Amino acid sequence: MEVRAEMVANVWKVVVAQGDSVTDGDTLVILESMKMEIPVLAEGDGTVSTLHVSEGDVVQEGDVIAVIE
Amino acid sequence: MFETVLVANRGEIARRIIRTVQRMGLKAVAVHSEADVKLPYVREADESVAIGPAAPAQSYRDVEVLLEAARQTGAEAVHPGYGFLAEDAEFARRVQKAGLVWVGPSPEAIEAMGDKIRARNLVAEAGVPVSRGTTRPVGDVEEAVRSAHDIGYPVMVKASAGGGGMGMAVAEDEAALRVELERVRGFAQRMFGDPSVLLERFFPRVRHVEVQVLGLADGRVVALGERDCSVQRRNQKVAEETPSPAVTPELREQLFAAAVRAAEAVGYRNAGTVECLLDADSGEVVFLEMNTRLQVEHPITEMVTGIDLVEQQLLVAAGRPVTFDPDAVPTSGHAIELRVNAEDPVRFLPGPGLITAWEEPRGPGIRVDSGYTVGNTVTPHYDSLMAKLVVHGADRAEALDRARAAVAAFRVEGPKCNLPFFAELLVHPEFVSGDYDTGIVARMRG
Repeated sequence: MEVRAEMVANVWKVVVAQGDSVTDGDTLVILESMKMEIPVLAEGDGTVSTLHVSEGDVVQEGDVIAVIE
Repeated sequence: MFETVLVANRGEIARRIIRTVQRMGLKAVAVHSEADVKLPYVREADESVAIGPAAPAQSYRDVEVLLEAARQTGAEAVHPGYGFLAEDAEFARRVQKAGLVWVGPSPEAIEAMGDKIRARNLVAEAGVPVSRGTTRPVGDVEEAVRSAHDIGYPVMVKASAGGGGMGMAVAEDEAALRVELERVRGFAQRMFGDPSVLLERFFPRVRHVEVQVLGLADGRVVALGERDCSVQRRNQKVAEETPSPAVTPELREQLFAAAVRAAEAVGYRNAGTVECLLDADSGEVVFLEMNTRLQVEHPITEMVTGIDLVEQQLLVAAGRPVTFDPDAVPTSGHAIELRVNAEDPVRFLPGPGLITAWEEPRGPGIRVDSGYTVGNTVTPHYDSLMAKLVVHGADRAEALDRARAAVAAFRVEGPKCNLPFFAELLVHPEFVSGDYDTGIVARMRG
């Protein structure tokens, strides 16, 4: 499952690491956009197989943040 | 009195300040980044100066560029608005050193209240009730754990230099505290350049009630009214009202007295707001922090008192008396403000974009302070506020009725817009009853 950014934002905190297991609702990263903190959540259970962002990156709408398998 | 005022801000607040500056017969200078060149405030000013690219660090927060704009235009006073450098004591000092009038409190007062821990200690000494919490930034994790044990869970972990509702997290127990400490510190370092955190007792059912104060040129501090700002999402206010449905005349007297004492503790001049938490369960009020600037929601206080707060700010900064009798602050009716943001009405995620339609509501008791109009682009560089819809009525019921009609008549297309959320809020039983707390938005979406 690809977790994508829903809007242009800065990645201010990466909470999980590659290889971590996650369950539905776990915070993967926290984005900052327009002076708001926006958590990006896992939408199912699985393992973080790839993490595509680092703290400080700028993501565009639609960019893949992580892949959960 | 100075004749030219440089407004060191953008969008709706710049526009609103410019309006009063011009009404007073003074000249208004606007500054704008490349992203804001087409916004209404730029052409409404008497003169405008381009100050750099969109990024705030290179425009609205660039001290040198702002001072140069003042020098270039012959501005004699600087009004910082809110956000950006409005609570930056160093900017205030630089403005004063350049021989300009700073429209705001002294740099020392800004500093005293800018550090949340120092502010709490200062007002506590002046007899203002404060919430149980740390009296200095927490050192290491083990010290934090001991402090939290004394304070009692749940605790709020907050960035000491934070603001705007960012950099705060609740920890229900020790395990959560250890996680949140690290998170908040990291965030604070990145956002504010200062990793200090403090711990405070967290009240589960609380109302955010704040008091508008004004320190006059003669040294007196007056309280002009309270505002209830409990409708929040992500710890940020989205709707405010005055008077607060939770505040009785007796509590109002206590609140005003405490707020005036807090401001007097730092020899406060000009406009400021003392923010408090009202524990909905016990009725206890505690000092939270003081904002040493004009607040976003100041218009609701203006609507019930008939006082133009920006005008008073300029007069106080010029050493002049205010336009109203400080011993008889007028108050009439009820006012509500709704922050019309470029965000979706369900999950409140930001959605900037080109505005293809913009029609503001009009009618008795309606005031719209907007930063944008049709053809403007709301960009992702700044906060999502597009306009403030402010509604006054003879009483709360009339204000609510007028607000519902105004929300229905307000048309915004292009960016995401949270107007449908306000349509929901204004008929939501908890809000309509007046008996709500800071958990209301979560309950509406839960």
